[in-house]
Amino acid sequence: MSVYLLRRLIQAALVMLAMSVIVFIGVYAIGDPVEILISPDADQAERARAIAALGLDQPLWRQYLSFLGGAVQGDLGRSFVFNEPALRLIGQRAPATLELAFAALILSILVGLPLGLYAGLRPDGFGAKAIMAGSILGFSLPTFWVGLMLIMVFAVQLGWLPSTGRGETVEIMGLRWSFLTLDGLSHMAMPALNLALFKISLVIRLTRAGVRETMLMDFVKFARAKGLSPSRVIGVHVFKNILIPVVTVTGLELGSTIAFSVVTESVFAWPGMGKLIIDSINVLDRPVIVAYLMSIVLMFIVINLVVDLLYSVLDPRVRLESKG
Amino acid sequence: MSATAVPGAAPAPIPTPGKAPPRVETPFRRFVSEFAASRLALGALVVFVAIALIAIFAPLISPQNPYDLAQLDIMDGRLEPGSRNGADTMTYWLGTDDQGRDMLSGIMYGLRISLMVGAGSAIVAALVGASLGMLAAYAGGRTDSVIMRLVDLQLSFPTILAALMILAFLGKGIMNVVIALIIVEWAYYARTVRGTALVERRREYIEAAQCLALPTRRIIFRHLLPNCMPPLIVVGTIQIARAIALEATLSFLGLGVPITEPSLGLLIANGYEYMLSGKYWISFYPGIALLVTIVSINLVGDHLRDVLNPRLKK
Repeated sequence: MSVYLLRRLIQAALVMLAMSVIVFIGVYAIGDPVEILISPDADQAERARAIAALGLDQPLWRQYLSFLGGAVQGDLGRSFVFNEPALRLIGQRAPATLELAFAALILSILVGLPLGLYAGLRPDGFGAKAIMAGSILGFSLPTFWVGLMLIMVFAVQLGWLPSTGRGETVEIMGLRWSFLTLDGLSHMAMPALNLALFKISLVIRLTRAGVRETMLMDFVKFARAKGLSPSRVIGVHVFKNILIPVVTVTGLELGSTIAFSVVTESVFAWPGMGKLIIDSINVLDRPVIVAYLMSIVLMFIVINLVVDLLYSVLDPRVRLESKG
Repeated sequence: MSATAVPGAAPAPIPTPGKAPPRVETPFRRFVSEFAASRLALGALVVFVAIALIAIFAPLISPQNPYDLAQLDIMDGRLEPGSRNGADTMTYWLGTDDQGRDMLSGIMYGLRISLMVGAGSAIVAALVGASLGMLAAYAGGRTDSVIMRLVDLQLSFPTILAALMILAFLGKGIMNVVIALIIVEWAYYARTVRGTALVERRREYIEAAQCLALPTRRIIFRHLLPNCMPPLIVVGTIQIARAIALEATLSFLGLGVPITEPSLGLLIANGYEYMLSGKYWISFYPGIALLVTIVSINLVGDHLRDVLNPRLKK
């Protein structure tokens, strides 16, 4: 186990290193931030001083080394635009993205499970067919367009919900959260639903398939033969069994939910990491782009590692030593 | 290999006078009749063909060339659907955008870009992915593990993130979007083809070809590849829809196609700021066009999967 863990950790570190080279060189290849950041009125000496202050006069490999040296100490450079450490900027924006992603996950389970259960129990009914058709739509509809339509209906036509922003926030341990205020929740409703739409469809399909399989199992027949009420058979015996795959997949989807929040945040002007990265790409704020990409890559490597390890713990059939 | 009757090539059976020759059931005919069994899929195919024709012939059938500035009148900006233009010569059935551009024409031209980017990237990605997948399956060993590691790495990141990263490096532009989509998509094809090819290469016909000492290239492309086609076609169909949706998303975020060649995604983005003042049509109708395109492709792909899957054969 410890050998496997060590090997996986070394692998993860190598992937991280490779990604840092790709990201750094890739970001270096785009545009010249000097043109954007230094006022055109500046004279030659001022320009040179600003370039030196930003470290842009060094050769590429030296810039990379100093970037790497900083990176291992948790310093990914200062934002050209905000003149703040890039990592701190991302840290400030992270709570907004995280609460949105978690709200979307919770919503997808709260909505998806009951609908999938219903569709699985009465697969030939009209309701089930309508639910399945809806889930195909949920897969096909482009997220950003649905977001626009939500704004059109609930903010513009009906005026029920605010269209943009985070609303009132509460500060806990130096971080600002929206979900604790009524105003914040009303701001969160539409973006969370928008982000959840794809996952809802996914949960519906998983649950429906699970229910249809489980209902044919012997233990369900046995429970029925014992004379248990249908609600107990479904609510306890079937439900427990379908929950495993649903929870696994939903957990795995956390990473992609955070990545896809880029789109939702742009539509609803939700001030999270996703909005920050789009704005930063548009103004070529390199340190922020690099810091965002590196933190997301790190997050994915950690999620994949944890999932692999959990699987090997939960499922003894997955042999750790077999493959490196 | 089943014998396929090629008209003219094979000695045709002498038809009995007064009777039509019996229809030979070729694999292709069987496939067509099985596909046509689903009304929904057939309808979706018809819709998709219609959309493709509209896109191809947009310059001939659109009421206006939306990018010929001489034809635009800024005074017609943001007119509601169904209103007449200033000179009272044409009706804007789907309204106009802020430049006074007919939305219907804009959508037709936008479809061209969306379909071109989606199909173009899917075809190149299929070529690259299928070749690498085939190579991995056939060569095995180190080649296989290197290629599949790359595929695993690629698939462990969400597509939007990878595309975002590549476009952050390359900048805007149609070609750059196509490149980003190819890089994002090839892994799906590679994984699919490798899986099929691994099964197929153990079959007798491959062994027979190897016994005949045919060159490896010939075995891969003439014997192995045709038998890996069905799953490739299914993945290809679904991936075209995904590519179109992803391109629209990237363009909406302002990282995709340039403003001079707007796809459906960019048209929707243009309408964003007018949405809040109730001028819904600038975003709404391009979105419907995008939706119909994606749903029709997905329905066709879904049914293709059922038809081409041997496990579901009765």
